[in-house]
Amino acid sequence: MYNQKVLEAFAHPQNVGEIENPDGEGTVGNATCGDIMRITLRIENDVITDAKFQTFGCAAAIATSSTATQMVIGMTVDEALKLTNARVVEELEGLPPQKIHCSVLAEEAIKKAIEDYRAKKENKTIDKSKIEYV
Amino acid sequence: MKVYADHAATTPCDERVVQAMLPYFTEGYGNANSLHAFGRDAAKALADARDTVAKILGCHPNEIYFTSGGTEADNWALKGVALHKRSKGNHVIISSIEHHAILTPAEWLEQNGFRVTRLPVDSTGIVHPEALEEAIDDETTIVSVMYANNEVGTIQPVKELAEIAHKHGALFHTDCVQAIPYMNINVEELGADLVTISGHKIYGPKGSGVLYIRNGVKLDKLICGGGQERSQRAGTVNVPAMVGLAKALELSRVDLDETNKYIASLRDHFEQRVEAEIPYIRQNGNKQHRVPSVANYSFEFVEGEGILMLLDFNGIAVSSGSACSSGSLDPSHVLLAMGVPIEVSHGSIRFSFGKHNTMQEVDYIVNTLKQIISRLRSMSPLFDLKKGGTYNV
Repeated sequence: MYNQKVLEAFAHPQNVGEIENPDGEGTVGNATCGDIMRITLRIENDVITDAKFQTFGCAAAIATSSTATQMVIGMTVDEALKLTNARVVEELEGLPPQKIHCSVLAEEAIKKAIEDYRAKKENKTIDKSKIEYV
Repeated sequence: MKVYADHAATTPCDERVVQAMLPYFTEGYGNANSLHAFGRDAAKALADARDTVAKILGCHPNEIYFTSGGTEADNWALKGVALHKRSKGNHVIISSIEHHAILTPAEWLEQNGFRVTRLPVDSTGIVHPEALEEAIDDETTIVSVMYANNEVGTIQPVKELAEIAHKHGALFHTDCVQAIPYMNINVEELGADLVTISGHKIYGPKGSGVLYIRNGVKLDKLICGGGQERSQRAGTVNVPAMVGLAKALELSRVDLDETNKYIASLRDHFEQRVEAEIPYIRQNGNKQHRVPSVANYSFEFVEGEGILMLLDFNGIAVSSGSACSSGSLDPSHVLLAMGVPIEVSHGSIRFSFGKHNTMQEVDYIVNTLKQIISRLRSMSPLFDLKKGGTYNV
């Protein structure tokens, strides 16, 4: 079902974990759908210098989390916002059709983490930004 | 190490079964319906196979119909009776934990104007006879409840269910595909009018199945064509497959109790270790009323596919939920019917042991499983949350 590249990314995922006091964080998905992805970012001068993920989900969700975090490290936040799930899938050389939705989560989690970063930067309160995730 | 722990999905073909089948590919290849000697030889082999199956099920040989497998037999029983008895009533009753070979034809019947009731199960996966009493009415023509469930292994009170069906003038069908490897099935004692069995769950060949139809029970044909199987199931009979099914069934009755005890000892050892060594788990199924082979667990905070694949990387074959639903994203309908929370059901794995497994293999599975679960949990935001994480999801 999965190609070798996806299997490899799933078997040896990169950037697993959580950045302490991240500059941006985003959690998307829900447990009943069987997919939750949380991404934390370290951002210096609008450049993503580190990204880590935690994922509850299938092999495709874990593989796309790993690949997406690898892709955004080194990108500016503007560049990272343009990262689409299609690009992540392309990087993985394809996913089975029923698993494409898993790759959307990675895109959404990164966008949410960057929104969080921008909100913090604009001095919006942390509490307010967290309400969105409830 | 390679370990096969997915015997509820299929079993390896017994070498003796293969040997029994082989001559009918290249020597006894006649069409069992041909009048010449080649045909007669094939017909003789088929008749012998039918006699063997009938003897084991405690019925007359002319009540045994060979099919392409369990799925065909299930489809035939449910659709065949419902369609044939449409003038009597349009109500069909199944359980909510049936195999897709019953669930999907029931949906088809629903789309074609039939009323379908799906009986609930308790939290251990048992259908209670009271639920059938409540659901059945004068319009009900057939009740179909599996003898043993394929995902959690629970054994259903089919005898009582059959009595209730008969009391209300309905026929009773039971899918015995998962029960036949471990249980003696006598159709008279069971009181079933229609019974499905399959060859490949009992170390026999794939593509072989049986529908027992009690004499006098009428149902519409599913497959129309030539006059095979007493004109009830068309198509040249797959003689080697049916010879194999009969041989496998015969072999499975030898030392059945000892084999069951051995398989149960493997499963019990597995369960004891899993329950003692892996936290945050849920055992699914009924520990009293079940077949000896199946252990089903939900591992909280992780997803079943990941577990399955990492076990596979380590040479271990298991199933996540129902193997048949691997193409879909929906969690197991069986676990949901049992009330397992949807997020927990995503992390469910079925281990099903067989007569060739060893204690050493069971220990290897548990040791590997422990590492895999803790590794996946270390990646899971839900597990962090459980440990007292600060963010909301």
